[in-house]
Amino acid sequence: MSDLKKEKKRVRKPGKLEKREARMGYLFVAPWLIGVVAFLLYPLGQSFRYMWYNIRITPVETKFIWYGTQNFSQIWLESAEFPQGLVTYIWKTIVEVPIIVVFALIIAMMLNGKIRLRGFFRLLFFLPVIIVSGPVMNMLVSEGAATIPAMNVQAIVSAFGRFLPDKAASSVGEIFSNMIMTLWYSGVQILIFLSALQKVDPALYEAAKIDGGSGWECFWKITLPTIKPMVLLNAIYTIIFMSSNEQNELINMIKNAMFSGTKEKGYGYASAMAWMYSIVVTLVVVLFFLLLGSKKDKYDRAVRRYRRQQKREARLQKKIQRRSKRNARKYASGVRRNKYKTYDGSGDY
Amino acid sequence: MSAGTSTKPTTAAGTIKSVLTKDKLRRFVFGTRERTGVGQQILVYGLLICIGFVYLYPILYMISTSLMSMEDLLDTSVKWIPGSVYLQNYRDAAKSMEFWKTFGKSIAISAVPTLCNVVICMMVGYGFAKYDFKGRKIMMGILIFSYILPSQVTMIPTYVLYNKMGIVGTLWSFILPAVFGHGLNAPIFILIFYQFFRQVPKVLMEAASIDGAGHLKTFFRIAVPSAIPAIITVVLFSFVWYWNEAYLTSLYVQGLSGDAFWTNLVIAVKDFDMSFNTKASVGDTATSLNESVRMAATALSIMPLFVMYLVLQRHFVESIDRSGITGE
Repeated sequence: MSDLKKEKKRVRKPGKLEKREARMGYLFVAPWLIGVVAFLLYPLGQSFRYMWYNIRITPVETKFIWYGTQNFSQIWLESAEFPQGLVTYIWKTIVEVPIIVVFALIIAMMLNGKIRLRGFFRLLFFLPVIIVSGPVMNMLVSEGAATIPAMNVQAIVSAFGRFLPDKAASSVGEIFSNMIMTLWYSGVQILIFLSALQKVDPALYEAAKIDGGSGWECFWKITLPTIKPMVLLNAIYTIIFMSSNEQNELINMIKNAMFSGTKEKGYGYASAMAWMYSIVVTLVVVLFFLLLGSKKDKYDRAVRRYRRQQKREARLQKKIQRRSKRNARKYASGVRRNKYKTYDGSGDY
Repeated sequence: MSAGTSTKPTTAAGTIKSVLTKDKLRRFVFGTRERTGVGQQILVYGLLICIGFVYLYPILYMISTSLMSMEDLLDTSVKWIPGSVYLQNYRDAAKSMEFWKTFGKSIAISAVPTLCNVVICMMVGYGFAKYDFKGRKIMMGILIFSYILPSQVTMIPTYVLYNKMGIVGTLWSFILPAVFGHGLNAPIFILIFYQFFRQVPKVLMEAASIDGAGHLKTFFRIAVPSAIPAIITVVLFSFVWYWNEAYLTSLYVQGLSGDAFWTNLVIAVKDFDMSFNTKASVGDTATSLNESVRMAATALSIMPLFVMYLVLQRHFVESIDRSGITGE
């Protein structure tokens, strides 16, 4: 018992060389660390402060007027713009991210097979990454270049409307009408999947084939588990991309609020909006992380369970030892005070 | 079924033959375990070509519309192929956007911060990958957190800060964060370098230090040359992302004032309608604003990156393979 304890307490002191190494590490990271303070922590704290104030900028000075939670009540209660935008954003992200990821995976699987002109197709599917930017997209959408005229969105919506609630059906219609844009967002994801697929060990597939596994089984039992981390990576990349893309209405709303000349809006109002927005984005990321994050595999879990068991047993052991010591003490004192009469062989008790 | 189970030997033999041919056909179309069938291949190629067309559709539409003259636009019989190649749209759009001037500014806006981004991200990635120091894990956590956090939340105080420093409306507002490792999408680049340097064998560094190289020398002589694939990836992506960034550029570098010096092509597309109308009212351009001109402007703004993509296609497409995001 005591051996275990000792081993835990003993922490090896870092040597001189290691210390120097660590110092060099800090040196290399130093610019970024300064940046964290200057461009992350400080602005974060500042904007947290701003959101409780109404900030008015006059040519002479910047006036801070304590507002309390008034900014929030204004955003939520007085105009429906922001809450509605938020709901649309969440809905859109939750629907579109899986579509983009699955679509990217399908294309990557198709390109991964024996295919002539693979280079050409890769070139083609990667092209949007170069072009895609807010204003260009807006321009293309506004000129109707983003929808295929041959696709009858109305018919699709009504077809889905038969067995889906209205809201879901209309969002499905929206997806189809913005199909090209959705596909355009999946350039990087396709390449990430493709390069992950090419690194799956072919011996695994061969082994599965010898054991009589079909292509379908191979996909679910080999391909998917191997590239699962990439699924998560792509999902998060997509969320972040969509949340900072200029087509997103919310971020434009924040910018407009920041520079609107009205009395009640301004930096404070915009900060409150930005905070709520980023909390929502983070929550969406966390949601996808929980859904797709790697669960510990069986072996890992077994090891953990075993460790826990050991700990429990050790605790029990300790308890027993403590008890027995206490009991021994009690017994000893009892004996001293002649509490227990033992049979001394004299014949009577 | 009944034919197959019939007792007569002659018919049975016949069915076996027919079954064989059917089987062959099935194999031919659907393939076997060993090789894919023709049907599968047709399906895959068909799907790829269809999706490829959908991908290209906006660009094709843009190019064809931008080459149409007014008559072609009004003529309902002209759908895809314009009657004649009409380049006036491009001339008008270029004039309205001040193409060459804006082009030069775009390059400056993208190239200078990219340079800082690459150098600093490489250093930081190297530090994270090769040294073990206290708080490294927490720092990595902060790094990922700073990627997830939308830039909007830090945007307002940063703007105020820059305003105080007087660098809003100058290129410094992009260079400064890049120098401190907080350029556009810097966390991704740091992670790319981190991944990359972790794969460089430690023996190499140790050999260098035994031969008397200091930490900096090891970094510059061994780590940097071995990281060239990652550097190419980061340069390309950083350049493209800075080029396509309109939101932050218009806020920091352009400074939102009316008569700003800095602008880039993407912002020019955004403000195209307004600037075109003012130019047209002066009588600088031949045509009035129509979709052909707007598409021409869009095409012009895409053009430089498009050409760059065609020239450097191999580097772009293989970039993700080589950056080691997907692990080894």
